[in-house]
Amino acid sequence: MESETKSPKATQEKTEPKMDSKSQNYKLHAKNIDVFYDDFKAINNISLGILEKSITAFIGPSGCGKSTFLRLFNRMNDYIDGFSMNGNILLDDKNIYDPDLKVEELRKTVGMVFQKPNPFPKSIYENVAYGLRIQGIKDEDFIEERVITSLKQATLFSEIEDNLDKSALSLSGGQQQRLCIARALAVKPSVLLMDEPTSALDPISSGKIEDLVHELKKDYTIVIVTHNMQQAGRVSDNTAFLYMGSLIEYGDTQKIFTNPEKDRTQNYITGRFG
Amino acid sequence: MRIKEKIIEKILAACALVTVLTTLGIILILAIEAFSFFGKVSIVEFFTSTQWTPLFTQKSYGILPLLSGTALTALIAITVALPVGIIIAVYLNEYAPRRVRKILKPLLEILAVVPTVVYGFFALMIVTPILQSFIPGLSGFNALSPGIVMGIMIIPFVSSLSEDALSSVPDSLRQASFGMGSTKFQTAFKVMVPAASSGIIVSAILAISRAIGETMIVAIAAGSQPRFTFDPMVPIQTITSYIVQVSMGDVPHGSIAYQTIFAAGITLFIFTFILNNISYWIKTRYQQKYE
Repeated sequence: MESETKSPKATQEKTEPKMDSKSQNYKLHAKNIDVFYDDFKAINNISLGILEKSITAFIGPSGCGKSTFLRLFNRMNDYIDGFSMNGNILLDDKNIYDPDLKVEELRKTVGMVFQKPNPFPKSIYENVAYGLRIQGIKDEDFIEERVITSLKQATLFSEIEDNLDKSALSLSGGQQQRLCIARALAVKPSVLLMDEPTSALDPISSGKIEDLVHELKKDYTIVIVTHNMQQAGRVSDNTAFLYMGSLIEYGDTQKIFTNPEKDRTQNYITGRFG
Repeated sequence: MRIKEKIIEKILAACALVTVLTTLGIILILAIEAFSFFGKVSIVEFFTSTQWTPLFTQKSYGILPLLSGTALTALIAITVALPVGIIIAVYLNEYAPRRVRKILKPLLEILAVVPTVVYGFFALMIVTPILQSFIPGLSGFNALSPGIVMGIMIIPFVSSLSEDALSSVPDSLRQASFGMGSTKFQTAFKVMVPAASSGIIVSAILAISRAIGETMIVAIAAGSQPRFTFDPMVPIQTITSYIVQVSMGDVPHGSIAYQTIFAAGITLFIFTFILNNISYWIKTRYQQKYE
């Protein structure tokens, strides 16, 4: 597979974890990605593989491109004016930027949770049911079963089980975010992208989300962007450190946090800049 | 300098006062004349009789025919304007490239500034004959044709306000919807339009209010036969076109016939006033609060 790589850099090869495993084992595999917003180069030749049912954290200072990079995996950058890219991203060895691929189908497999909780102004129930309804599913028993399972998975059900018809906007911020996670889970994705999911939440709510993320790892491949070092250290198996659009270091979270190879990583995680 | 500033302030306040006083004056005159009218005609008859014949020898003062005519034309108008207006708003906000939107929006507003007398003749001379070609029973004067044309006229009211409502829905909801695998169409009609529903309802009410007050189109194309009916095929009369008819005729001042204008006028005023208040109430009460 590496034959497709146009200009492999020695440093990048080294940054991929478990290099002995073949790329086939990667759930997600980004290859030689460049991203441009008009003339501005936001991502500079990043290659990285993500293992199935692992939690991968993207860390780095604001504007380093970590969110842009995350949003490549479900093609959410497609709507941004001036966006263009090189390279390709494989999901289960299929290129998700293939012109024949339906973006809507991709996003059912790769769910997303956003920085700020963004429930629809509908009832709690309808929020979670939304993804099923847009797929044209009419079986109300099936939908109800899925809604309840998803809310339980997101550890929200016990708090709101009598109020499923209440407006989602009446929930607290932390509950809203767990609702958004339930909403994403309801369509049974295999990958969950989380873009700073706790940055708008208080520490207790954040803790609940972190516990939840840990729990979800059993069934999902999770990629999480965070600017919270401790959070990355607590929840992730692997960590990628991005700086100015480049991948500086990528590997086992324990190693990155205790014994990083690069000075820049060391400086960032110890809070010397960022 | 201080005195000069004070004088300027007073002048500005006076200008603002002119509009307030004008409104109050209109209400006052409407009320006085209508009060005098209701001294001679029972208010019960006014709101229950289905005959409106103040200009005939056999006089009857039931406002219902005029109300039904007004409601019918306004209903037809909003039936045309609401779906078209919402679709235009969705297109402008969700689909149109920025450049297209920039050209299209002002173009659309032109619909609202065409003199209504032009619309009236358009209804009478073009739309009615076209409709007659496939609706055989349609009279030359009817509610349908001016209703449709009025609907076209108020499209910008609906589309412009609905577009404002749609564009104030935060982008995060659009992203959430796309992130779930929705198509553009699903995002527009299952997330964005419902999220903007209060603003869209307000736009519809204001457009109805505008249609109720519209005069020239109905005066020209709807006929002038007060008739208590909801049949869109026959000539009818609206409150506004009745007022035009009497004002331009030679009814003596102070007569009951003359005062009917004010009775009809205050009815119209009360209706549009209520509608505007409902829309204001919805706006403040139900407008989604997005952070």
